Amino acid sequence: MWRVGTVLALHDETASARTLTLDVPDWTGHAAGQHVDVRLTAPDGYSAARSYSIASAPNPEKRLEITVERLPNGEVSPYLTQQLIVGDQLELRGPIGGWFVWRPEQTEPIQLIAGGSGIVPLMAMIRSRASADSSTPFRLLYSVREPAAVFYGDELRTLADRGIVRITHAYTRAVPKDWPQPPGRINADLIANATWPSTLSPTCYVCGPTSFVENASGFLTSSGHSARRIRTERFGPTGDRR
Amino acid sequence: MAIISRGFSGRRGAGDAKLPPGQYITTDFPVLSAGPTPHVTLDQWEFVIDDGASGLKRWNWRSFHDLPAESFTTDIHCVTRWSKLGTSWEGVSLDAMLADIDSDARYAMVRSYGGYTTNVPLEDLKNHQAWVAFRFEGQDLAPEHGGPARLLVPHLYFWKSAKWVQGITLMPQDKPGFWEANGYHIYGDPWREQRYSGE
Repeated sequence: MWRVGTVLALHDETASARTLTLDVPDWTGHAAGQHVDVRLTAPDGYSAARSYSIASAPNPEKRLEITVERLPNGEVSPYLTQQLIVGDQLELRGPIGGWFVWRPEQTEPIQLIAGGSGIVPLMAMIRSRASADSSTPFRLLYSVREPAAVFYGDELRTLADRGIVRITHAYTRAVPKDWPQPPGRINADLIANATWPSTLSPTCYVCGPTSFVENASGFLTSSGHSARRIRTERFGPTGDRR
Repeated sequence: MAIISRGFSGRRGAGDAKLPPGQYITTDFPVLSAGPTPHVTLDQWEFVIDDGASGLKRWNWRSFHDLPAESFTTDIHCVTRWSKLGTSWEGVSLDAMLADIDSDARYAMVRSYGGYTTNVPLEDLKNHQAWVAFRFEGQDLAPEHGGPARLLVPHLYFWKSAKWVQGITLMPQDKPGFWEANGYHIYGDPWREQRYSGE
């Protein structure tokens, strides 16, 4: 069933990604990590729908935030990131998905690993951890192309200062000034230094482009993490392995 | 009554009759998996059909290749809304694998290396509707796409086409597999847009 959401606010995370805050009066709630289908309909009835991860924590206000990355040849994302204005309405279906989900009753340590816009569902988990007043230890390894590609930068800093989550940033193309390492893809050393050891039996959530997720989850399993404790969500094209 | 999106026109294709409702065409081959990619070597690989109590049929990689393989071209439809038309595969039809099995079972639980499961009515695995596929577009099937071998049931949403397939358990009654227990439809017909549970 499709529900109607009204755009309350728009916020640019980066030059190509925008967060939409929606008011959805009959929203039935969601868990951190779930996604939602968004449908656009043209005046002649043609419609197109896509799935987007929910960025907001579960909340009583029936507010929903999604962060949409504009894809160069996208059909829906250019509209959502460039044409949509406050007050517009969208159709939404969800929440969807019961696997790539963190719930506050989980007490084991949590390792989050994000590549690029893969941060979005993980941000919902961090926000959920903060608002649920859970004391579960959270770590985030967040790999981006360059400093300007970071989503939620100020908020993540604040959450880290409050002790909600320990964060390690990594950069694949360009690093901030005075950064100690050159840019590069994630590797086994970085995983070893920036994530919970497997002896703590964390649940790991890995989200990003396919090749990133393949690499990160491969490093986790080879450093002793059980495949059963690694949950993945991949998006985008096949990457470079095919 | 749908909400009209002011200024939205969309990127309509040719109104492709081969495209189920709500799908769009991709030329890429996206990967979706719930966990890490299991890497199964060919000398470890086996495929077992059982009835929940005992094994009925068992193949290793070599005996599996003694079965007649077929080349075929089909469209695939992912519940995340992409469809890929005219993909070419090589595999063994489930008809060949189920041929000697005498069972009253009406359902199957497909099992994969890595622990994934998905349920399919046995009817949907017969009559040239399903294969255990090991080549895609002329190449050995890559691990992230389900290699060494994956199920292919292309008339259902693609999550039913289990990657890294390891066997089939025949069941008298239907029960949900992995995604079916996590919010997705028990049957998953793309032409009836059976995406999510409760639809």
